[in-house]
Amino acid sequence: MIVTAALLMGVTLIAASLLRPKKPSKAKLETYECGMETVGDTWVQFRVQYYVLALVFVVFDIEAVLLFPIAVAFNALPWLAVINLILFILILLIALLYAWRKGALDWE
Amino acid sequence: MNPINDLLNIIGGFIAGIINSIFSFSPFLADAITMGLAAIILCTFAALSFMGLTYAERKVVARIQDRVGPNQAGPLGLLQPIADGIKMFTKEDTTPAAADRWVYNLAPLVIAVFALTTYAVLPFAPGVVGTNLNIGVFYVLAIGSGSIVAIIMAGWGSNNKYALLGAFRTVAQLVGYEVPMLLNVLPVVMLAGSMGLIDIIDHQTLANGNAGIPFLLFFPLSAVVFLISGIAETARSPFDLLEAESEIVAGFHVEYSGMKFALFFLGEYVNALAVAFVFSTLFLGGFAGPILPPYIWLLLKAGAVFTIFMWLRGTLPRVRIDQMHNLNWKFFVPLSIVHLILVIILLKVFVTSPAQQAATGGILVDAWVQAAIMFVASALTLIAGLGLAARRARISRLAEEDVLARRRAENMATAGAA
Repeated sequence: MIVTAALLMGVTLIAASLLRPKKPSKAKLETYECGMETVGDTWVQFRVQYYVLALVFVVFDIEAVLLFPIAVAFNALPWLAVINLILFILILLIALLYAWRKGALDWE
Repeated sequence: MNPINDLLNIIGGFIAGIINSIFSFSPFLADAITMGLAAIILCTFAALSFMGLTYAERKVVARIQDRVGPNQAGPLGLLQPIADGIKMFTKEDTTPAAADRWVYNLAPLVIAVFALTTYAVLPFAPGVVGTNLNIGVFYVLAIGSGSIVAIIMAGWGSNNKYALLGAFRTVAQLVGYEVPMLLNVLPVVMLAGSMGLIDIIDHQTLANGNAGIPFLLFFPLSAVVFLISGIAETARSPFDLLEAESEIVAGFHVEYSGMKFALFFLGEYVNALAVAFVFSTLFLGGFAGPILPPYIWLLLKAGAVFTIFMWLRGTLPRVRIDQMHNLNWKFFVPLSIVHLILVIILLKVFVTSPAQQAATGGILVDAWVQAAIMFVASALTLIAGLGLAARRARISRLAEEDVLARRRAENMATAGAA
């Protein structure tokens, strides 16, 4: 599926490159910034907020990966396992509230 | 079961037979070619539906905004997608001199491939499915987040400040809305006891002694949150911050033109349609339905979901970036976690099969009673969550107004003194 999709889309791109005109000029190849000349480097430091959110995301994503197998076996779980499961989710809820309190989720 | 389905199966079997007899010397090659054919059919379906969707969306949004929409190319403007395609094909395509060429040129390919690959596991009718993976839901969610990679590739490779800003916003948004989506698929997986999309649909039909209740009636909260997160995941309006034209021109695809831009567009629409398909599979029972053939049911359900997408796009203004993050992390995620805990407890207390009761205890109830209990609990959680959020929002708004009023009074006082 991946191979076929890549092939199909690749063929489209190549076909388009054969059909379209190609007249590059200096002005055309400039970085677009509403007509102004670009000042400085693009690849600069970015907001730390993105990093913090990504960290919170990693926690929850891994949590979800761990929860899916449990969810599949849910009907056969004994009560002890269910209580453990709820405790696990509660710990995550507390972690979320902690991140919230610390201001990791605020966006200014 | 019904004539169209049988016919398709016969044709499929016939083609597979021919391929198998031609490549009888190598079963592996025959398998590979059969799978390739199926993949080509799926990709073509997705690409064609993309053309139809762009036309439908433009018409519907135009009607909502009291315009006519495309009406020049062909009758009722029906040939508009084809005209657009020809235009895209013959447009000059520039690679900025400052761009990182490899990353820049690969990004549109990556996004289109990830979008199309989702269709490999979507069941269109009984027996008509690319591959019936037993981790179907997981696969869809995992592949669906692959577009994030393509978007950061495009933003980074363009070497353009607007593009990079757009890419950062996108990654923060898509990554964030993944969490409520995952958390709200979990109740469905628990109830169905499987991650396979076919099994999940079976659970919503009368097959195998199931009651035939769509999961929407079990978990209305999950359905609502999944739908809204799905819109945010595919970065459609009102969550289209990454391409906010008034702020960062067009976001990550500022520098793209011609066919590469078209591939980004295709990725977006094909992903949105995939979310509509997955939503109808998880919560509306997929292809299951009386009288009409399964394809029609699935298309009707997915079409209805997509109409909701178009409707929201036509009526809602774009949200602010802090509102978008607050909605996700301070509303959807805590609400989903509380809902998940509630679902776990209720599903263990009220069981439907005697075997399960014998294994883990609990109260034996009818499936419809279970559904009613779940519906009430889920809806109450949603209402309580909305009420709490509304109260918090009101408090913070009043505080803001207070600050403003005090500032105004101070200004008046200084003006009076001068």
